[in-house]
Amino acid sequence: MGSVVLTNVCKTFQQTAVLTDINLTIDNGEFVVFVGPSGCGKSTLLRLIAGLEDVTAGSIAIDGQDATGMPPAKRALAMVFQSYALYPHMSVRQNIAFPLKMSGVDKTIIAEKVRAAADILNLTDYLDRRPGQLSGGQRQRVAIGRAIVRQPTAFLFDEPLSNLDAALRVAMRLEISQLHHRLAATTIYVTHDQIEAMTMADKIVVLNAGRIEQIGSPLSLYHRPVNRFVAGFIGSPMMNFIGGDYAAEHHAAAVGIRAEHLQLSTAAGVWAGTVDVAEHLGSDTYLYVNVDGVGRLTARAGGEFNTAHGDTVYLTPTTDQLHRFDAHGQAF
Amino acid sequence: MTRPATPARKAINSAIAWTIAAILFFPILWIVLTGFKTEAQAIASPPTWLFFEWTLENYREVQQRSDYFHHFRNSVIISLGSTVLGLLIAIPAAWAMAFAPGRRTKDMLLWMLSTKMLPPVGVLIPIYLIFRDLNLLDTHIGLVMVLMLINLPIIIWMLYTYFKEIPIDILEAARMDGATLKAELLYVLAPMSAPGIVSTLLLNIILAWNEAFWTLNLSTADAAPLTVFIAGYSSPEGLFYAKLSAASTLAIAPIVILGWFSQKQLVRGLTFGAVK
Repeated sequence: MGSVVLTNVCKTFQQTAVLTDINLTIDNGEFVVFVGPSGCGKSTLLRLIAGLEDVTAGSIAIDGQDATGMPPAKRALAMVFQSYALYPHMSVRQNIAFPLKMSGVDKTIIAEKVRAAADILNLTDYLDRRPGQLSGGQRQRVAIGRAIVRQPTAFLFDEPLSNLDAALRVAMRLEISQLHHRLAATTIYVTHDQIEAMTMADKIVVLNAGRIEQIGSPLSLYHRPVNRFVAGFIGSPMMNFIGGDYAAEHHAAAVGIRAEHLQLSTAAGVWAGTVDVAEHLGSDTYLYVNVDGVGRLTARAGGEFNTAHGDTVYLTPTTDQLHRFDAHGQAF
Repeated sequence: MTRPATPARKAINSAIAWTIAAILFFPILWIVLTGFKTEAQAIASPPTWLFFEWTLENYREVQQRSDYFHHFRNSVIISLGSTVLGLLIAIPAAWAMAFAPGRRTKDMLLWMLSTKMLPPVGVLIPIYLIFRDLNLLDTHIGLVMVLMLINLPIIIWMLYTYFKEIPIDILEAARMDGATLKAELLYVLAPMSAPGIVSTLLLNIILAWNEAFWTLNLSTADAAPLTVFIAGYSSPEGLFYAKLSAASTLAIAPIVILGWFSQKQLVRGLTFGAVK
């Protein structure tokens, strides 16, 4: 129950190829996140799975059944949209009940299920309100309620948190993760925010320019990126890339090193640099350091590191944590 | 920058608005008053305004000479029939154009609008001959068809504009929720665009009610609506201003009353989506 298999899926709009040769297996109960920069095709891929767009080539199987030409209504998937897409003329109760009403469920069972969903999502007091009378977070919960009430094969989320403010986004992120553990249903989640991807996913699919760059668990992508794109996209702050002589010393076209793998010192180190910007967050300090002959490097110190703009600091890379890339950007 | 609304400016604006309203309303007032005069008073020069001998004689005579309620019934059948039929065709058409446009959708919309630029008299002879050969002259069905067709571009355009305001996400959400096309139209699209559909309905009833060219040319007695009833009083026997005015008052009264009670809806519908 709840598996999704994509085989050689391609999507072309007019003459432009949006997705090329996508092969992907999503197992039952998995939380899979599609992540990538704007325009990489991640939302299109989700819409293909949903049936809101037709594939140009290839096939999609849901639960072992070929669903390639199936209309969205027949796929038994539930989707939460970025804009929430609530029905403005219906109350919260009617919104949540709508999928059940469409599948002809008995009225008393509908009432029961709506109450249960409202309980889980803390919406009980708002059931008779219209979407227009709710806050962003509440609307998001109604959209989720409408998705869970039907017990679908899989949940599809299309950048559901991007319209929320930062604090609410973190709270909803937690709620969605908890909900996933509770329902144990297959979830496919699209985001451009790699922190959402890292914190929520069992499996991350990194997309770039319509292709899958890498599939793996959050930490495997973090520690073992297959190419420069994944290395740069996953992790915050972004990995430092160093070319030139230093890369040549390591027999690579470029080497990458994460901010936490640069040891900081005010006394001595391999590279001397000038602090351009120092971000003091309390728990961490991020330093953006200009190093002659190497370029701008980002370094992270745990806790407080007392420096300011213009200070000289010394950086020492932890050599066993280097990522080496060839001229084509592939890791080796 | 907003201009301050000083009392003087408000007064000037009000005066301008009232003047324009009075100018627009004057012909209607003149017709209503004339309907209560005798024929002699109606053509008196200078005209008398309120101080004449008020009489209901014209109304009595108009009702005797030509049955008002017969024409009224025809007007209702024709305007309602053509509007409802038009909506039944236009809702799916506008839905397709708004939510599943093809490469030629824009051209098609413009082409439909261009048919409204054709002077109706240009196609009078072929239409008349078609109606004659199909035995549609002076029939309800014939007038319903022709009024539906001439107003269809406007109905489709209006609905298209309203539908365009509805985010496609919401329709896609309905599809994901298992709604069939019928359910999507019935439970989501129709309620969300109800203000737009209602104003389209009202406006088209008014347009069809007032349509004179085709109704005058294609009907004489059995299916003749109120336009024919009015025209009956500008006849070769002479021009009877008072009776003509009484007939006109009777003919426009229902639509004025409808317009009065639905003005809020009409304004809301016509400005739908103008302010986000």
